[in-house]
Amino acid sequence: MNQAVQEKPAAKRKPKETGVPDNKKYLHPLMAKNYGDWKYHDRPRPGVLHHVAHSGDQIWTVRAGTQRQMDVGTIRLLCDIADKYAEGHVRFTIRSNIEYMVSKAEKVAPLIAELEKHGFPVGGTGNSISMISHTQGWLHCDIPATDASGVVKALMDDLIVEFRREEMPNRVHLSTSCCEINCGGQADLAIIVQHTKPPVINHDLVANVCERPTVVARCPVAAIRPAMVNGKPSLEIDETKCMCCGACYPPCPPMQINDPEFSKLAIWVGGKNSNARGKPTFMKMVASGLPNNPPRWPEISVVVKRILNVYKDDARPWERMADWIDRIGWPRFFEKTELPFTKYLIDDWRGSRSTFNASTHIRF
Amino acid sequence: MAKKMHDTPNLDQLESGPWPSFVTGLKELAKDKDYVVDLLGQLETSYRTKKGYWKGGTVGVFGYGGGIIPRFTELKSEDGKPVYPDCAEFHTLRVMPPAGMHYDTNTLREFCDIWEKHGSGLIAFHGQSGDIMFQGATTDNVQKAFDEINEMGFDLGGAGPAVRTSMSCVGAARCEQSCYDEAKAHRAVLNTFLDDMHRPSLPYKFKFKFSGCPNDCMNSVQRADMAVIGTWRDNIRTDEAMAKQWFAKHGMDELVNDVVARCPTKTFQLKQIKNVKTGPSISSVAINDTHAIEIDNHDCVRCMHCINVMTGALAPGKDKGASVLVGGKSTLKIGGLMGTVIIPFMKLETDEDVQKLVDLGQRTIDFFAENALEHERTGEMIERIGLINFLEGVEVDVDPNMVSTPRTNPYVRTDGWDEEVDKINAKKQAA
Repeated sequence: MNQAVQEKPAAKRKPKETGVPDNKKYLHPLMAKNYGDWKYHDRPRPGVLHHVAHSGDQIWTVRAGTQRQMDVGTIRLLCDIADKYAEGHVRFTIRSNIEYMVSKAEKVAPLIAELEKHGFPVGGTGNSISMISHTQGWLHCDIPATDASGVVKALMDDLIVEFRREEMPNRVHLSTSCCEINCGGQADLAIIVQHTKPPVINHDLVANVCERPTVVARCPVAAIRPAMVNGKPSLEIDETKCMCCGACYPPCPPMQINDPEFSKLAIWVGGKNSNARGKPTFMKMVASGLPNNPPRWPEISVVVKRILNVYKDDARPWERMADWIDRIGWPRFFEKTELPFTKYLIDDWRGSRSTFNASTHIRF
Repeated sequence: MAKKMHDTPNLDQLESGPWPSFVTGLKELAKDKDYVVDLLGQLETSYRTKKGYWKGGTVGVFGYGGGIIPRFTELKSEDGKPVYPDCAEFHTLRVMPPAGMHYDTNTLREFCDIWEKHGSGLIAFHGQSGDIMFQGATTDNVQKAFDEINEMGFDLGGAGPAVRTSMSCVGAARCEQSCYDEAKAHRAVLNTFLDDMHRPSLPYKFKFKFSGCPNDCMNSVQRADMAVIGTWRDNIRTDEAMAKQWFAKHGMDELVNDVVARCPTKTFQLKQIKNVKTGPSISSVAINDTHAIEIDNHDCVRCMHCINVMTGALAPGKDKGASVLVGGKSTLKIGGLMGTVIIPFMKLETDEDVQKLVDLGQRTIDFFAENALEHERTGEMIERIGLINFLEGVEVDVDPNMVSTPRTNPYVRTDGWDEEVDKINAKKQAA
């Protein structure tokens, strides 16, 4: 292993184990002053939040989309805008949007104009489609079947109109994930890799690279067992059991799960982490078998836009994706979105019975 | 000037369109850095072949066992040499942000200067666990970059089987829904477990997340081994002037269809003013001269919907604190799990209150370290050993708020029933 950093013992600097820094010195002064004492907020226009404190102080926030993976030139440009048009303080949202805080309403319009001039779309507030939560993909991950930043760029090019508006029934959170581990997370709509073939094993490498008992233990369906192959200790897979999740691949790279053709993309809908109205929900798979088609994944865009358009037309105010489907039911969801309901969408994993319809609640 | 760019016909197609392009950013960096010229070469290859070409390894900084994500290229020619040698090593530093991800521009500029000098110049704000990700440094430069970032007052985050970097919402800094000081709790908890973060030795990862209210903007219920979600115990607060203002703007249809009808427990009612109840659990507020909203707070599950819709007119109560849920996680290995209520309510106002949360975290991590199998998350451990064994392990009493329903099958040995009843009664009397 590479231990180059330890070659010069004399130069070793002990880390200062300072942990999470105190955020107080980074807060906009008005936020520090009114900390914990805000009364309400409204949104004068999409992309702008207006918060009022009990003290009467007001603060305006302008939110803009970024590419998340930013070069230092882009970050410096965002800082220049903060210094010239805002008040030198920014924060980032969980969805990698940047927020600028200003103390006067008249500072909002020039700030928006400057951001838009440099290509940072202002929006992502309220009932918009916000930036897509995503991962690393081919740029940096060691196990990806697809890219992350590229998928997001291609999709956001198509969805930017709804990022800039607040015309969806409720907020829409999207995520993408480059393997079935789903680092992108739960969302109203998620695009996740779905492998369709068992891993292809390089038996020459397994013994040297993989801790075999660990790999055996990692399989959710106990489909992996130790075996001698061509006189070498290796692993074999019971392909009748394997459901192609790829859990064995991270601890054992010679068990290659990614395939340019057979690693497909699936679409999931109805995840919600908020407790508003119903309890939080997990998202459900509604489509699979879509091709992994860089550089712009057009087939994904078609299905995503179709689902979002139907939701926008059909859902009532304040219905998140999950709330809307609760009202119209799954049969109508598949009918309206023109997605085929195949047998693969009926759960057969643990706890699946709770997903079956144990009633005569049927819509006609 | 850097060396000549490789042809990138696929990536070039990600420069058109209105959304900010990371490819354009990479190309800017590649003007000065051979490192990024070759990164673009490898990424373009991935776009062409639909394969990834990074493998992990062991790279760290002196004194820590984690926090660096090592990446070495696997894209090699037949003689074993990297096809794109300048980016053969492309490691990431995970750095913990301030709670709420607030920055001043001086800090961001300083990050840029350090990363331009020692790294690729590519920084992600932020990774899915909340880290600032300084992406792309050679093995030799990792320590140099860390030393300078560390001198600024920033520290590495978690990777591997360790306590991971945490996230908290904007919260008290700018949000009227905030029910506790998220940043204070975040910092107090995480900075207690720095040893478990920087020297990975747990069975698997352990994540804390802090959301100021049940809107759970940090998505803690589905992602955090320990989710701290703000809530309140007393009545929803009301403001008559703002309620009337809201109604004047939105009208009866919206009040009935978007608020009354969407209350999950139907405790939010619209009444004639003369019929409105009074009492210690009732919140009420007039919306015009004849009608008022009435909420029986005993039946309110603090879902946030009416407060979200009528912000200012309605607000969380004053007796604030948090619920703590344990065991949330994503897919691997047994499927996604939501967190489970462990503490229905705890105050988080004083240092002593916050210390109680730290202590709960400590007991949970200690129990997890002792009892989880390798590569098993807290939620999976609870699924395997049962919630009761976990609660006894972390010294928390059972509470009906922990379940959706009591059990629906008789498959349990109950010969300790009377003893348990006695214990509950004894506790009641002692209280």
